[in-house]
Amino acid sequence: MSSWPILSLVTFLPLVGALFCLVVNGPKEAVDRNCRSAALITSLVTFLLSLVLWAQFDPAKAGFQFEEKLAWIPSLNIGYHMGIDGISLFFVLLSTLLTPICVLSSWEAVQTHVKEYMIAFLVLETFMVGMFCALDLALFYVFFEGVLIPMFLIIGVWGGKRRVYAAFKFFLYTLLGSVLMLLAIIAIYWQIGTTDLPTAFEKLNLPFQWQFWLWLAFFASFAVKIPMWPVHTWLPDAHVEAPTAGSVILAAILLKMGGYGFIRFSVTLMPEATQYFAPLIFGLSVVAIIYTSLVALVQEDMKKLIAYSSIAHMGFVTIGIYVMNMQAVQGSIFQMLSHGIVSAALFLCVGVIYDRMHTREIAAYGGLVHRMPRYAFVFLFFTLASVGLPGLSGFVGEFLVILGTFKANTWVAFLATTALITGAAYALWLYRKIIFGELTKDSLKAILDMNRREIAVFLPLVLITLWMGVYPASFLEPMAPAVDKLIGDYNAAIKLAQTASAKP
Amino acid sequence: MPIGLESWTLARPEIFLAAVTALLLVYGVLRGEGSAPFIAAATTVALLAAAILIFVPYREGTAFASLFVVDRLTATMKALTLVGAAIIIPMSRTYFERVMVWRFEYPLLVALSALGMMLMISANDLMSLYVGLELQSLALYVIAAFQRDTLRSTEAGVKYFVLGSVASGMLLFGASLIYGFCGGTAFVQISRALLDGKAGELGTVIGLVFVVAGLAFKIAAVPFHMWTPDVYEGAPTPVTAFFAISPKIAAISLTVSVLMGPFKPLFAEWQQIIVVVSVLSMALGAFAALRQPNIKRLMAYSSISNVGYILLGVASGTEKGIQSMVFYLAVYMVMTLGAFAIILLMKRRDIMVENVSDLAGLGRTQPMMAFAMLILMFSLAGIPPLAGFWAKLYIFMAAIEAKLFWPAVLGVLASVVASYYYLRIVRAMYFDEPAEALDRMTFGANRAVALAAAFLVAIFSLAPQPLSAVAAAAAKGLFP
Repeated sequence: MSSWPILSLVTFLPLVGALFCLVVNGPKEAVDRNCRSAALITSLVTFLLSLVLWAQFDPAKAGFQFEEKLAWIPSLNIGYHMGIDGISLFFVLLSTLLTPICVLSSWEAVQTHVKEYMIAFLVLETFMVGMFCALDLALFYVFFEGVLIPMFLIIGVWGGKRRVYAAFKFFLYTLLGSVLMLLAIIAIYWQIGTTDLPTAFEKLNLPFQWQFWLWLAFFASFAVKIPMWPVHTWLPDAHVEAPTAGSVILAAILLKMGGYGFIRFSVTLMPEATQYFAPLIFGLSVVAIIYTSLVALVQEDMKKLIAYSSIAHMGFVTIGIYVMNMQAVQGSIFQMLSHGIVSAALFLCVGVIYDRMHTREIAAYGGLVHRMPRYAFVFLFFTLASVGLPGLSGFVGEFLVILGTFKANTWVAFLATTALITGAAYALWLYRKIIFGELTKDSLKAILDMNRREIAVFLPLVLITLWMGVYPASFLEPMAPAVDKLIGDYNAAIKLAQTASAKP
Repeated sequence: MPIGLESWTLARPEIFLAAVTALLLVYGVLRGEGSAPFIAAATTVALLAAAILIFVPYREGTAFASLFVVDRLTATMKALTLVGAAIIIPMSRTYFERVMVWRFEYPLLVALSALGMMLMISANDLMSLYVGLELQSLALYVIAAFQRDTLRSTEAGVKYFVLGSVASGMLLFGASLIYGFCGGTAFVQISRALLDGKAGELGTVIGLVFVVAGLAFKIAAVPFHMWTPDVYEGAPTPVTAFFAISPKIAAISLTVSVLMGPFKPLFAEWQQIIVVVSVLSMALGAFAALRQPNIKRLMAYSSISNVGYILLGVASGTEKGIQSMVFYLAVYMVMTLGAFAIILLMKRRDIMVENVSDLAGLGRTQPMMAFAMLILMFSLAGIPPLAGFWAKLYIFMAAIEAKLFWPAVLGVLASVVASYYYLRIVRAMYFDEPAEALDRMTFGANRAVALAAAFLVAIFSLAPQPLSAVAAAAAKGLFP
């Protein structure tokens, strides 16, 4: 294991780029150009560094690796404790991968306040990566909430027409959820005297009454973030109004924070409450899957349609997590990663034509295949990945989740499966409306196909989607020991609680 | 009883400040109007020197037959108050010069009120408490009306005076009830009497309620907050900034030393009152400012809600609670000073403006100042990783430890509501198109204060430990 603090480097390296952008000065064009390059270079270096993380990661170990521990606020026993296991590894990689892609995709799309835009994205990257690495509840909360500041600015400054409304809604909704989690974290702190997560795994032994309330507090935060029906309404607004790269980060990373939170905190710290509330999660998720799929069918705005489809996909994730068996949890994590790539790519696809036509109305397009064959291919590829075509990444996650769920609860599995049908319906309908048909609209007659920069944006995503679909083992294997331990600990805790209650 | 040398050394910062103020007053009267710049500079130095005198060399104990007490907590609070007052004087200069009332009395009145605050903080007897409080209040009434040829300022001064007198009356009435039932005005006497069985008597509880009501007025806690928005809006802006920090710190410190000192045996009684006052303040401070266009009024409501959080820490009645209060006050002072420094810089065509909408487009026209304000606003809203978050975290930790679950839940919910109006300021600066740009914010004291405040907030955000250690040491004063 390397002796240098690689996790901190990956986390805070983007800030170096942000600092450079902050101090760079001169005529506007030069500043814009320098900031773009600086952001791209720092985020690429960060990505390469995170690949080292993957290369040095020991897939056989279940515990945390690359741990770093420093006293941060000794008087409160809050530490700077970082570390990753097989579950968080890929989320870190996802964040570092998508940031350079976002920077590249907004190369020409963003022309105002380029400097501030790049700073916001780099700061955002630090918070995202930090959040997935944090092994201290307070540190986690700092990163989890810190994300709101750059995201609020990204939506509000560079967003669409109703950007102010969307930014406020996003901020207040997620803040409202998270503050209750803060109280729960404090309550845990007073139980064990520290906010260190591994210590909490060992020592924390809450009575059910406490677990009940704390679980609800954590749920308030993660359910809003992921988002679950009925607290999902911020998502369509935020997605639609955010600039393309903002939507990408929202869909690919921010939603995953909710799922990651459920796995890392709710399940491990409050196992009995997890078992108790599982039916609630199933109910809400099934409603979300069916309802949002139907809502997606009638959307007129492309981004809104993809936003609703995200909620349906996240429904699978929450079901999988709370089924708590090997296939389902692995499937959930895989589904999150796959959705991170695929929905990001779909938003980028929307961005490509939005940059040219400046509208997201589905009705404004049609017959693009005649002018944009390369685009038609890429869009089809990701549409099918989203629908769950075997051989692409979306299939693996959904299949594993349904497999695991079927073992636990047939009805939930059955109802969730209906989403595959409606999902195919709206995704293919969207594709047909935009790409197929005759090219009749005059405005589209001169539209250009993807340029080299755009191909560079999509190429890595296409390759990764294929890789995940064809050989998922390279992703499933490193996470297996960690998931196995998670489920083992959970079952042990449940058993312990049952014997304790049987004894009295 | 003869007064020993020990008394004089303990009170040396107060004596020094009183002597310097008196000398400067004489100098000002002899020299006339032209002496304002010199006296302002001299007072600032004197205030800072008094703050240093507290700690070099640091002594603690009681003095003047137990009228006066110095411990870690009072020393820290005095230092905060003095630094706040010292910074306000240079911040005020441009404003008062513009309205042609840059007179030598102003810095002296600030110094006199600071002297009153020091006496309040160190009070160890209901009599010295009242004297300190009145010295402070009288000076404040005058500076609220300092811009005496404008209607708004004089109205603010009169309003503050009338309502402040009512509050002082209530406090005095409560104090006399306490005196009657406990047989003494010294804190130790009261404490002893309460422990000896006077705690159960109705008279003492009523006295306590009146004292708390009087103090709640001074710290602008709901339901005694009504004067705050009007006085904050009407008073000259630098004076508003002063009101928001030093007197508040002093009054909160006084509240703590009264409640945690002589009235400790009545903890169960006053805890309920403080919890209710705290929750109401947080809620009102959050909801009332949602649509407030005037930024000074907005800051008034913001200060009401901040007092609510501080009182939640006080209500927990534990060492952690007092620590959280000190920490919060220090962070609050920095954030508020910074925000007011920027408000003082808001000018259009050389005329002061004070609406949130006037900030429109500041992110484009003056990125540096807008960025400073952005940090301050997110910090006030309590968003991590900024210092305001740590302050709130500290408070909620204390509240949860003391099992004040529901107040804590209501408190975090109120903080979400309050974040809306801080975000409105960010929105105006960054999201809105500039209507007509504000004047370039010139170099000077206010710009320096604003940037320094944002910088300090950033430092506290990353490294809260040093301040946290100071707060912990201060709390030891009450829990030796």
